[in-house]
Amino acid sequence: MKVTITDQEEITVVAVSGDIDSKTAPEFERNAKVAMDKSKNIAIDLTDVGFMSSAGLRVLLMVYRNIRSQEGKVVLVGVSEEIQDVMSTTGFINFFTIVEKPEDGVAFLKQD
Amino acid sequence: MATDIRIDYYPTHEQQGIKFRRGHALPFGATMVPNGINFSIYSSEAIDCTLVLFERGEAEPFAEIRFPEEFRTGNVYSMIVFDLDYERLEYGYRMDGPFKPEEGHRFDKSIILSDPYAKAIGGRDSWLAKPNWDNIYPYRSRLVFEDFDWENDHPLETPIEDLVIYEMHVRGFTQHPSSNVKNPGTFAAIRSKVAYLKDLGINCVELMPIYEFDEWENSKENPVTGGLIVNFWGYSTVNFFSPKAGYAATGKFGMQVDELKTLVKELHKNGIEVMLDVVFNHTAEGDHRGHTISFRGIDNKTYYMLTPEGYYFNFSGTGNTLNCNNPVVRNMVLDCLRYWAADYHIDGFRFDLAAILGRDQNGAPLSNPPLLESLAYDPILAKCKLVAEAWDAGGLYQVGSFPAYGRWAEWNGKYRDSIRKFLKGDEGLVGEIAQCIQGWPDLYYYRGPTASINFIACHDGFTLYDLFAYNEKHNEANGENNNDGGNDNHSWNCGVEGETDDSYINQLRHKQIKNALSILMVSQGVPMILSGDEVGVTKSGNNNTYCHDNELNWLDWSLMEKNADIYRFAQHIMRFRRAHPVLRSRTHFQHKDYVGSGFADITFHGTQAWQPDFSPSSRCLAFMLDGAHAKSGTIRDDSIYVAMNSHWDALYYELPPLPAGQKWHLAVNTDMPTGEDIYEVGKEPRLEDQGRFLVGGRATVILVGK
Repeated sequence: MKVTITDQEEITVVAVSGDIDSKTAPEFERNAKVAMDKSKNIAIDLTDVGFMSSAGLRVLLMVYRNIRSQEGKVVLVGVSEEIQDVMSTTGFINFFTIVEKPEDGVAFLKQD
Repeated sequence: MATDIRIDYYPTHEQQGIKFRRGHALPFGATMVPNGINFSIYSSEAIDCTLVLFERGEAEPFAEIRFPEEFRTGNVYSMIVFDLDYERLEYGYRMDGPFKPEEGHRFDKSIILSDPYAKAIGGRDSWLAKPNWDNIYPYRSRLVFEDFDWENDHPLETPIEDLVIYEMHVRGFTQHPSSNVKNPGTFAAIRSKVAYLKDLGINCVELMPIYEFDEWENSKENPVTGGLIVNFWGYSTVNFFSPKAGYAATGKFGMQVDELKTLVKELHKNGIEVMLDVVFNHTAEGDHRGHTISFRGIDNKTYYMLTPEGYYFNFSGTGNTLNCNNPVVRNMVLDCLRYWAADYHIDGFRFDLAAILGRDQNGAPLSNPPLLESLAYDPILAKCKLVAEAWDAGGLYQVGSFPAYGRWAEWNGKYRDSIRKFLKGDEGLVGEIAQCIQGWPDLYYYRGPTASINFIACHDGFTLYDLFAYNEKHNEANGENNNDGGNDNHSWNCGVEGETDDSYINQLRHKQIKNALSILMVSQGVPMILSGDEVGVTKSGNNNTYCHDNELNWLDWSLMEKNADIYRFAQHIMRFRRAHPVLRSRTHFQHKDYVGSGFADITFHGTQAWQPDFSPSSRCLAFMLDGAHAKSGTIRDDSIYVAMNSHWDALYYELPPLPAGQKWHLAVNTDMPTGEDIYEVGKEPRLEDQGRFLVGGRATVILVGK
């Protein structure tokens, strides 16, 4: 798994590639915290994530709870159908806005 | 960091590259702690205990750590192991000790044992996925994340008298192709049917066993059909704290806990409570020939009731009997129910063969069973519904006498039998029917009508439809020469055994179903219906379908169209109950006028008003509930008059007069075709003749006085 953090027009984008499981989730979590320190509006780009385990979903929910407490917004980008299925079945999806492309994510976060 | 200053943040021991230290004796089970996992397990007779650690799904363990003697406190072994991967870990125990069955000991350190307190079990992750029979550890203890985001959900605490319970099977509910859902047979699929449940009008689902069980237990080829016989119903628990992974679409990812909690949350959002059917009377380990999974290898004498020769007492009819009134086992049951109430937001529990829970360690019934008392007074379970199936397979029958401590309700088997016999047309039932519709004060005088869970059909026995389509059980498909299942069905096939094209008979069957639903919904107490009875589901006369993973147990959703009249009727009669608080008293009727309305709270009538006929040959009973006495006179409802006629001829029923200004309106007449058999609440047509009503043969009429 690889994580990159970039800034696009006041929005911080966390892009992940590779699987997120209990081995890699801590690194994902560290990077997410770095991103949250920079900005209260965050897009998480999961286009290149093939598998996400329970631990990965929990990092996403941690980010959501954290951002919400700062009255910021979070959007997920490019979530595969399989991961969306798991998120839906286990209730995680209800917390998130999901869009297809990074630019849609930035546009969503820039809305008031 | 604050956690760094904790001493137990650091290991003290190391073996095979694994770091660990002495753990905490409580809580039992495996618990996430800083940097590691705390393991704690009880055994009073083991002489040695080893923790066995696996990477998820691997054939061989990656480590086995013997508990150093100094890690034992009393009869509890505990240790914290560091740097384990919570999500990938599977664990078990080896217990050493004597193997002397005649003394009650069955220790065998060659077997890896499941933790009785595991919060999830791996190994049966997808329903009927073929197991590896050579697996050295088939039911693997796992950890789960206990951080579910409930938002503002909590148990609903609906007053019990307001419940309409819907008994259902997780897989059976949506597995049929006609259910048209994404993940058939799962918790997730039920979630996609919540709108259906809400629209139907029930407000409590009672899930047949969802604790981890093994559908492969005693599986065999069906001699009749050639198909597979499995443990479909699941009344055979492998672990009491774990939801069945095979019931979760995400079981293969180990996320069944989140999936089930999400279902509970969604049902609660829609005003529907969740009750679990729990099976504490026995376990999946069977009799002396059974498998060692957990309890018998950990502490056989503690967990099971044993004969003096070391065999298993069998009050459950399934091989063994959990030793529920042993203080250690009693605590496990309490811990378990507290966990489900607190962590899963479960609203209530129905205890399978609950009479067993009142037996002492030798099997004798106790007058003051400590387990039942503990459950009744438990602070965490304080608002949960506790419902007993108040009998067991050892012949203890406690309907009406179950030790209730002011809390317990009972499945009222007498209600079921009386209503069935009355609907069939048997003589001598009118007195019992009067008891049924009052919430059976003769049985529950001190406990109130809400002690009575009223039902006419449940998973065990005929469906409501089959009750009127079969005289005899037809269990051949079970492969036991039709010897299994109850014989006292009190059913009547209306003239032809099984399916028929005869429209007269089919109409009569539908009418009988509507009669049954009507009487059930106007009875005081708590009504329960069997999933599928609202659409006239059939099991082809099989009254014991525990072993079928097929159409016999899968709800056929196309029946909604085929039997649209039954569905419509079920929906409206439940709305009728909900609309009328006079049907849902917390206390028994007093048979007098205590609010000054001029009418007693309840009055009985026959074909002549004020003159009920309780003689043995009578098949007619009518009763009137005075609306001014609703909820002990605290609110005002309409008056309700119900005429039940189990005679085959139509009979005129003289109507009791209403106070000046009020008129009788027709809510239900099961003798009429759909559309005129039941009217929407508030749209009941006024009767032209306020003096009498012609009630058809085998029909029920409900009038509303307003």
